[in-house]
Amino acid sequence: MVRINGENMDMAGKTVAEYLAESRYDLKRVAVERNGRIVPRAEYGETVLADGDCVEVVGFVGGG
Amino acid sequence: MKNDKLIIGGHEFRSRFILGSGKYSLNLIEAAIRDAGAEIITLAVRRANTREQESILDYIPEGITLLPNTSGARNAEEAVRIARLARELGCGDFVKIEIMRDSKYLLPDNQETVKATEILADEGFVVMPYMYPDLNTARDLVNAGAASVMPLAAPIGSNKGLATREFIQILIDEIDLPIIVDAGIGRPSQACEAMEMGAAAIMANTALATAGDLSLMASAFRQAIEAGRNAYLAGLGRVLTRGAAASDPLTGFLRD
Repeated sequence: MVRINGENMDMAGKTVAEYLAESRYDLKRVAVERNGRIVPRAEYGETVLADGDCVEVVGFVGGG
Repeated sequence: MKNDKLIIGGHEFRSRFILGSGKYSLNLIEAAIRDAGAEIITLAVRRANTREQESILDYIPEGITLLPNTSGARNAEEAVRIARLARELGCGDFVKIEIMRDSKYLLPDNQETVKATEILADEGFVVMPYMYPDLNTARDLVNAGAASVMPLAAPIGSNKGLATREFIQILIDEIDLPIIVDAGIGRPSQACEAMEMGAAAIMANTALATAGDLSLMASAFRQAIEAGRNAYLAGLGRVLTRGAAASDPLTGFLRD
């Protein structure tokens, strides 16, 4: 299991690129952090998610 | 005053009104930016929407500087993490540090804010820290590499106005960075007063988001901020401690 944005998901073995595509994220509008470290956009394709990983996918929202 | 520029971290702005984008419809953002005459808009970083949901970035016109905040951060470490993610989103180096430990009054944690400022300034961010107006902290922020200082006027979202007036004035008088009054400004007259005092800019969100007509209020704030700025540049007339001073000649009366 991989914990993504607070939810356990069956994504171990997939790359960040695969996860983002499957979940229909707009790649231009998100940033990804894995186990506390930012995954640069250029590395989405080669970064494989492992069991126990903690991933955050973030974007901008309205705020003050 | 055509050449009157606001300079933050080497970037020049004509507008002195920093607009928040929280608590109102995405559809209103473009009009709000236009009517506010704003060149900087704040954003927050949160867990992302998938493609089916709209992105706020699609509603912000080209050429507007994005100022992500670190809201949600409870300490320096969390603020640094959010700032780095914001930069990874590819929208520039500006960041407004916002660190809160208490969820009732939402007061900024000055000590943690100084720590985060130091780390992020070292990493090349244009750091705009939100803080409780305290001169010692403001000096620490200067030394830490802040590009501006953003003291609160009153608790966030309260629309209560310049509750910390005296202390903001001290920052304006003593700190050699733009002092941008953030949080608590509820009315154009309060924004105008802060600008008359010498504030470099005003940041407002709730005052607009909770107004009857957001766009019209954005315009009212723009005018008030410009009026206050012009008054500051003009130099306010003196105040008498007692008595009166006639505005009319004291000769040529039609009597005697």
